Amino acid sequence: MAVINDMIPDFELYQPESLDGALEVLDRHRDSAWVLAGGMDTFDWFKDRVKRPEAVVDLGAIPELSGISETDGGVEIGAMTPLTAVVDNELIRERYGILAEAAETVATPQIRNQGTLGGNLVQDTRCWYYRAGWPCYRAGGNICYADTPESMNREHCIFDASRCVAVTPSDTAPALIVLDAEMVIRGRRGERTVAAEDFFVGPAIDITRMTVLQPNEVLQSVRIPDTWAGADFYFEKVRDRNAWDFPLVNVASAMRIEDGAVQDCRLSVGAVSPVPLRMERCEELLRGQTISEDIATRIAELGVIGAKPLRHNGYKVPLMRNLIRRAIRGQAPV
Amino acid sequence: MEIVQRATNPWGQDVLLGIDWSLFWIALIAGGVFLILHLALRRRWIGEEKKAAANAPDDPGLPQKIQRHSLASRLFHGIMGISMILLLITGFLPKVGLQFAWLEIHWITGLILTASIVFHIIHATFFQSLKNVWVGLSDLGDMMREMRKAVTGGEPPAKPGKYPAAQKMFHHAATLAGMAAIVTGILMMWRIEQPLWAQDDYKFFGDGGWGWVYVLHGVGGVVLVTLTVAHVYFAILPEKRWMTWSMILGWIDRKDYLRHHDPAKWPVTGGK
Repeated sequence: MAVINDMIPDFELYQPESLDGALEVLDRHRDSAWVLAGGMDTFDWFKDRVKRPEAVVDLGAIPELSGISETDGGVEIGAMTPLTAVVDNELIRERYGILAEAAETVATPQIRNQGTLGGNLVQDTRCWYYRAGWPCYRAGGNICYADTPESMNREHCIFDASRCVAVTPSDTAPALIVLDAEMVIRGRRGERTVAAEDFFVGPAIDITRMTVLQPNEVLQSVRIPDTWAGADFYFEKVRDRNAWDFPLVNVASAMRIEDGAVQDCRLSVGAVSPVPLRMERCEELLRGQTISEDIATRIAELGVIGAKPLRHNGYKVPLMRNLIRRAIRGQAPV
Repeated sequence: MEIVQRATNPWGQDVLLGIDWSLFWIALIAGGVFLILHLALRRRWIGEEKKAAANAPDDPGLPQKIQRHSLASRLFHGIMGISMILLLITGFLPKVGLQFAWLEIHWITGLILTASIVFHIIHATFFQSLKNVWVGLSDLGDMMREMRKAVTGGEPPAKPGKYPAAQKMFHHAATLAGMAAIVTGILMMWRIEQPLWAQDDYKFFGDGGWGWVYVLHGVGGVVLVTLTVAHVYFAILPEKRWMTWSMILGWIDRKDYLRHHDPAKWPVTGGK
């Protein structure tokens, strides 16, 4: 079992002042490099001596990665923007309130001051077997220690397990999925954009990574279009304690309601699968419906079909069902 | 560079995890080096072979088309070839950074390959002559003569029966590597969720034993990479295409038969 040590192993620290400079270093070191954003996840890994990169690329001195700016079609948030800045930003609060709400549930004020939006999105999973440094699938080994009869897997997934049963711990990810956000990724070959829901990859696709980011790429910014600006939003996160904890399950929804009926909607649930789930079947059923307790219950039932709980996380099924129901019911006209 | 990956498991045991994935590149490079060497050496004898082909003997008493592979053999070879390529793609491309859902394709293709090989074993044992692929001492001698001829020139080996010594050796190398990958692959299916039986990660071995299973699976895989490169190379080489066509059409031309085979060792049994 890993124990946090005071000293971290040696590495070469790079503090580039431009994104091109950072990408050049990352390209040179590839798998032996580590991208440092706010450091909230990073230093645990280093102090536990589980991750021992040769080179650490600190993105903190790159101005183009920070800030929130209004664009023609919405808003663009630099990946290194602190979560507090996202929470406090007037534009975000007014038009994309769900993101501010989700970001505000992350950890503690101190961590939100230091932690970044990009870091919250690309952070590694919290599976303690993996984080303890044991050679599980995600660490390049050939077994999942969290999926044996004796495993402690209360926080693990109920959907889409494929050898690994770890979940994504991000709170902002479900909010960005319902906002139809795009992730802007920069590599040495240029820029590419990926829809928020395609940004995360499950173990069936790549068991050692949580996102589509390659070792020589950086998440540059998040673009949120106007599509869902000012919609009716709902976000709720359930955790073991009310502060400084990762989600057991979180839910995010956005709806456009006209004449009492749902014109359009998006629904996403986090911490139940290795990736944040977009609940497309629920969305389809919800469109055109007038929200009622009965509809919310039926759609919530549909949402948990196919769940396969592990030994200790069966509670996530009713929890997810109730959160979906609340996310739908939360939009009902008062 | 390491050959295998090792780690310490939660019980403090030093265990094998599998092969180091850089072996894939080494296998690919080995295939490439063989190919380049063969192409370089080939220039020394290809002219002579073309002359020999022009003056090849003929025997009008034999059928024009001589059957070399039955339909069943050709179907098996096709299924096995497609499965093998798919298995190598789904096995190695994710390891070199390509992200796609490979696991289901991999194990389903593995089962198809296994079924085709079970068919092949039964078909070859009971409906064909195992003697055709058996490697004897004379084959080893022929192989040495063939290699000597390729490198330093000299007399070619005697004409073979149905299969030349090199082809038999290739068959056995592929069998060994393929069986290692198949047997370990079937065992590894107990470590994934699939509809055939319940997942049970510790059913057969502890962490140490499983490490060997993963190592053998990987070794089988990388050997097959090199063998596949060599096989594809020979399949498209102009002077070997008569064999490639025979695996598609089933027959070889009478002239190719007389040029490349000894009728005493492989008498004609079918043709038209």
